[in-house]
Amino acid sequence: MKITKDEINHVAALSRLEFGEDEIDKFTEQMGDIINMAHQLAEVDTEGVPETVQVVDRETDFREDKPEHWESRAELMKNVPEKADGFIKVPVIIDKDDNE
Amino acid sequence: MNYLNENIDSLNKKLQDGEITAEDLAKATVKNIKETDKKINAWITVDEDAKPAEDLDFAKNKLAGIPIAIKDNIITNGMKTTAASHILYNYMPVYDATVISKLKKAQATFVGKTNMDEFAMGSSTEHSYYGATHNPWNLDKVPGGSSGGSAAAVASGEVVAALGSDTGGSIRQPAAFNGIFGIKPTYGRVSRWGLIAFGSSLDQIGVMSKRVKDSAEVLNVIAGPDEHDATVSEKEVPDFTSFLGQDVKGLRVAVPKEYMDAVDGEMHDVIQKQIDVLKDAGAIINEVSLPHTKYVVPTYYIVASSEASSNLQRYDGIRYGYRAKDTKNLLDVYVKSRSEGFGEEVKRRIMLGSFALSAGAYDEFFKKAAQVRTLICRDFEKIFEENDVIVGPTTTEPAFGIGEEVSDPIKMYNNDLLTISANLAGIPAASVPAGLVDGMPAGFQIMAKRFDEGNVFKVADFIERNNKFYEKTPTGMED
Repeated sequence: MKITKDEINHVAALSRLEFGEDEIDKFTEQMGDIINMAHQLAEVDTEGVPETVQVVDRETDFREDKPEHWESRAELMKNVPEKADGFIKVPVIIDKDDNE
Repeated sequence: MNYLNENIDSLNKKLQDGEITAEDLAKATVKNIKETDKKINAWITVDEDAKPAEDLDFAKNKLAGIPIAIKDNIITNGMKTTAASHILYNYMPVYDATVISKLKKAQATFVGKTNMDEFAMGSSTEHSYYGATHNPWNLDKVPGGSSGGSAAAVASGEVVAALGSDTGGSIRQPAAFNGIFGIKPTYGRVSRWGLIAFGSSLDQIGVMSKRVKDSAEVLNVIAGPDEHDATVSEKEVPDFTSFLGQDVKGLRVAVPKEYMDAVDGEMHDVIQKQIDVLKDAGAIINEVSLPHTKYVVPTYYIVASSEASSNLQRYDGIRYGYRAKDTKNLLDVYVKSRSEGFGEEVKRRIMLGSFALSAGAYDEFFKKAAQVRTLICRDFEKIFEENDVIVGPTTTEPAFGIGEEVSDPIKMYNNDLLTISANLAGIPAASVPAGLVDGMPAGFQIMAKRFDEGNVFKVADFIERNNKFYEKTPTGMED
């Protein structure tokens, strides 16, 4: 299996990551090796074998979706990198350049 | 205060007898950490003003006033928690993980947070934004990972016990590399609420300590149901110390040939010696096969990375953690904050996970791995029909040199060959010191059926009583 730079760039976009030109070649090669290692599983016969995605000994436990009161709004906002007037501040959705 | 020759019982007695106060113990612990850590860098955060809880009840609470180290991916109210990542460089939790609340109720003392591979992704603690941790047995070697800081803190006598987390061997491999005991309980034995998520179907919090009994004491406190984590079993939690001091006569012990074939030379000999000790004591030794062992590494890396790529979506630079400067729109904040905030290994895993889950690759990778996982689980079920425990080496080799494997991800991933099956199958597993190989510690692994930590403790304690490895002092700590 050959992994191309374009595929890596596509997966990077899905992952909300970006790589510089110098990084991307090394990353493509490493990811290719890792994906090839993962591809070894192709040789295992899994015809009719169910998937295991969790190893829990109890049924899904449903509870009421009930909001709880949190004492301090300021405390909850403590880790927000940029805020204004008690709100989380984010940049514009469209480019700043286009907006100005 | 150095804990090389202490344990929870000895400290509890000193505190009860008034030989030392809990305040002084906290101070002395911090002082020793500051000094010792110049060599080993086991901590990311040390609380210089660490104080014990109030109204300590030494008779009721074994852990009262005793400093316990906490891996830095377990969140602690008011104490910075980074998961060794730049993206959480300033993250100050506003609540406690369930295990922390339980330790607080048991009146343990908190002195700080230990180093690790970023987001617990790694086997050497070199993938930390805060620098590598050094192995107390040889400062040029890695302590293993990802709970390398917790392991080195215990092995060097900075604390008597530590919490770690284990997604693919992150408690057992560093325990083996540092000559200490470490247990990953059954998936669902300990609440993961407040554990920074990596692979949610694999992650489990566990304990590391020099002495087997100390881990049993701490596990007694942190195990059990939690309304915040619906994957925790409602099964009754036994007193884990009740499995200590027993003999192993008639115990059915399985030895997978794939595990023994993975080691040679001195490593093979030192592991075989522990098996012989069990046999001489009347245990029934059965050679067995775990035929899918050669597929556990790819299976694990697909499953764990897929879960990680989903879990780590939350780091977007908006609500907490690192936010990139000079961004022109919202998408740019996400991409730049993540690209600047995550380290290389974390990016590799997110990428592998996104790839394995993406359209066109899902069936061939994620689904396939989930099916092979079933086969791996079945291998274990079959063995446990006729055996009580499975034993063998924890790692194929003792600790490697710092810088030796960090640039070769596949070599690094293969470190986990013998430990990841227990996570895929959700069974309890521990590593107890077996002896020295080329002057470095080697670990003996013990696995049992789901929720049968009892037999794991029973065998580990028997091995500990027999080889008395705890009497040795780490060679890197001698001046």
